Amino acid sequence: MKRQLSDLTFSLCSTIALTLLSIFILSGCGTSENNVSIGNRTGTLHWGNGTEPQSLDPHIATGVPEHKIIIALMEGLVLKDSKTLEPRPGVATSWDISEDGRVYTFHLRKNARWSNGDPHNAHDYVWSWWRALQPALGNLYAYMYFSIENAKEYYEGSIKDFDQVGVKALDDFTLQVRLKNPTPYFLQLLDHYSLYPVHRQTIEKFGGADERGTRWTYEGNLVGNGAFQLLEWKINRRVVVERNPHYWDAENIKLNKIVFYPTENAITEERMFRAGQLHYSGTVPADKVATYQSRNDPALHIDPYLGTYFYRLNVRVPHLQDKRVRRALGMTIDREQITQRILKAGQIPAYAMTPPNTMGYFPESDLAFNPEAAKQLLAEAGYPNGEGFPATEILYNTSEGHRKIAVAIQQMWKTHLNIDVKLLNQEWKVYLNSVSGRDYEIARAGWIGDYVDPNNFLDMFLCNGGNNRTGWCNKEYDRLILEEAPTAKTHAERLAIFTAAEKMLMEDMPVIPIYIYTSNNLVNTSVKNFNDNILNQPSFKEIYLEADTGVEN
Amino acid sequence: MLRFALNRLLQAIPVLLIVISATFLLVHSAPGGPFSADKAVPPEVIKALEAQYNLDQPLWQQYVSYLGDVLRGDFGPSFKYSGRTVNELIAAGLPATAELALYAMLVALVIGISAGVIAAMRPNSMQDYVPMSAAMLGICMPSFLLGPLLVLVFGIHLEWLPVSGWGDIPGDKIMPSITLGTGYAAYIARLSRGGMLEVLSQDYIRTARAKGLSERLIIFKHALRGGLIPVVAFLGPAFAGLLGGSFVVETIFQIPGLGRFYVQAAFNRDYTMILGMTIFFATLIILFNLLSDMLAIWLNPKLRQQQAGGNN
Repeated sequence: MKRQLSDLTFSLCSTIALTLLSIFILSGCGTSENNVSIGNRTGTLHWGNGTEPQSLDPHIATGVPEHKIIIALMEGLVLKDSKTLEPRPGVATSWDISEDGRVYTFHLRKNARWSNGDPHNAHDYVWSWWRALQPALGNLYAYMYFSIENAKEYYEGSIKDFDQVGVKALDDFTLQVRLKNPTPYFLQLLDHYSLYPVHRQTIEKFGGADERGTRWTYEGNLVGNGAFQLLEWKINRRVVVERNPHYWDAENIKLNKIVFYPTENAITEERMFRAGQLHYSGTVPADKVATYQSRNDPALHIDPYLGTYFYRLNVRVPHLQDKRVRRALGMTIDREQITQRILKAGQIPAYAMTPPNTMGYFPESDLAFNPEAAKQLLAEAGYPNGEGFPATEILYNTSEGHRKIAVAIQQMWKTHLNIDVKLLNQEWKVYLNSVSGRDYEIARAGWIGDYVDPNNFLDMFLCNGGNNRTGWCNKEYDRLILEEAPTAKTHAERLAIFTAAEKMLMEDMPVIPIYIYTSNNLVNTSVKNFNDNILNQPSFKEIYLEADTGVEN
Repeated sequence: MLRFALNRLLQAIPVLLIVISATFLLVHSAPGGPFSADKAVPPEVIKALEAQYNLDQPLWQQYVSYLGDVLRGDFGPSFKYSGRTVNELIAAGLPATAELALYAMLVALVIGISAGVIAAMRPNSMQDYVPMSAAMLGICMPSFLLGPLLVLVFGIHLEWLPVSGWGDIPGDKIMPSITLGTGYAAYIARLSRGGMLEVLSQDYIRTARAKGLSERLIIFKHALRGGLIPVVAFLGPAFAGLLGGSFVVETIFQIPGLGRFYVQAAFNRDYTMILGMTIFFATLIILFNLLSDMLAIWLNPKLRQQQAGGNN
């Protein structure tokens, strides 16, 4: 009897297993319309968005995927033109700038509303900016506020009274901001999410104002002031936003929904794009770029990006203390070879730190590929034909792309300078530890601008700049960046000061610029009004979908 | 049987304690902290963050307080995903990972057992060589190769199946399950072939044949049960392996499961997340091994007798 029962159970289990398997296989039968064509019909944009967002709190978030979602949910006083990046009215309809360029008065829209219908006014900014400057909140972008009078002092604790910080609501719809110095890029900062306003009542409902990690940004809780509102946030699956009916410009928003997909893997994201599951992918695998280019695929968008790939030289390492050695290293990197043979996606060889045409600024640099002059410099530094040059190491964070570039440079230095260089790769966090602790000789680095201004690239190398990390310090350089540039009378004068500073930087060469990044996007042809810009910042309020009559992706 | 299970569960406590302590020490000694970033992080921020996550306390104090939390079933907040708790992240990822593991296991069992039985019926013939060579290929084929190959053929060229997702588009579960299940199917095929060969040479099978029973009846009624004992023993660790080892498949197919969190947690030095996931997986492995041992005892009369004898 017992035996019979066991047999019965066994057969039953097998039958259940086979039935489940059949259901699971049959569930795949039948053809289905892809996301892109459904999206085109329903006004839903399917957006490949890199990684799972860490936070949607604009005063805590730091990454690019978070940025893309937050700009859909929230808005600053000023927006940027999606093509030219010129300031455009956002929550503020207009603004006045005092003659000395230090006082900005913003006139806010009377019809601006939060996504729950609450009125949105100037006091929201005062409170939000106070919150953003609370050290307990751990805001990594607090420095974006430091052009405002006393903001840095308040953040660092030398001023306790927030009333002394240069932000004041003159009335419900007028906000006055006093700056420490004239800051020509200040309007741009207002479109950075770290300066976005947040909804006080919602934050206080879910915890303290300066408390990290409360649930106010969760689905069903988040209240924003942007063109879209949060509908769904399924961890590692998708974030869905829908049109915000209370948005001041709601009638001109054409998209009904945006679905952001956290796709960790660039190859998977590209496949999803090809299979019509995504309208957009922001990460084209390097080896796929050539394929898209060869067939002139209109989906591929390659454009300059406000970022520089460079090598840091630790100037405290004895043999790298001599600037002739550093210059020689910089002059023997054939950047054209790197961009054309290795990178192959339109990257621009860099001979200065600041990307060309950053707010009309074109850096001047005497750096060029010149092996003969480099050999001469190295010989003058005591290493004729590379003899006696100490073993040197290039440190990079583990990545096939960085390795390829390092190998090429290792070869170039061997060929042109006859010096031996070793390569060392470290996992990301270990690498960060080594670089910030200056435990390296030469280290790969990249810098992506937060705002379009040479200052964002050049103030990195101030003597006590947290991101300097080379040990290089030049008081005259500091004076130009900290004292001369902010008080320049005209734009041209200011750019001339940056030119002088950058020349100084390239002359001393604590960093070797290698190339200017490009943004590589795949955009389905049904996505209209998608404008490329050097910040690679989409304007979701302008984008609309229109299926092409021809072939769809 | 109950006593056996209780014994094993008691043994699991020191095992888990060792796992927790070793992981705790390892994550805290790994270079680079959870809050280091590409851009310089001001010391004020580091201080505030460390205070918030109790990282400013001595290590032993952190360890004791963590153990206390774990005993209460609280794995703490994730350092990386602001506002999310580790429990919440595990709960969010577990359904997809468990479902994927279940389907992969079904794929593995159906393909593996069929291939193994077919091969064992005529050993050293083409009927044996073909499925066993296929099994060898399955064992050697890594999922990061098989997955993209399937996607290329069935997703991109033939457009029969979606290339990614889980439960969003009909059919999106097929390719991931096959990709993950294939390697295990190959193991199961070899195990069931071995088991079946052993059973088929036993006297009681010879008796059944002598009695004139059909081959089908012999295989399904008499041989399969005994022949599958090695497979059953493999099920526990295999299921735990499927749950914990689905990272590659989850990444290829964009599945919102646990595997991705686990690997990312290590890269991000998300201490609580690494610890929480490790404890979770360790518990699962212990439980599945126990279940598979219990199943093996239930299936095998010899073991059952031994167990009963031991208990008396």
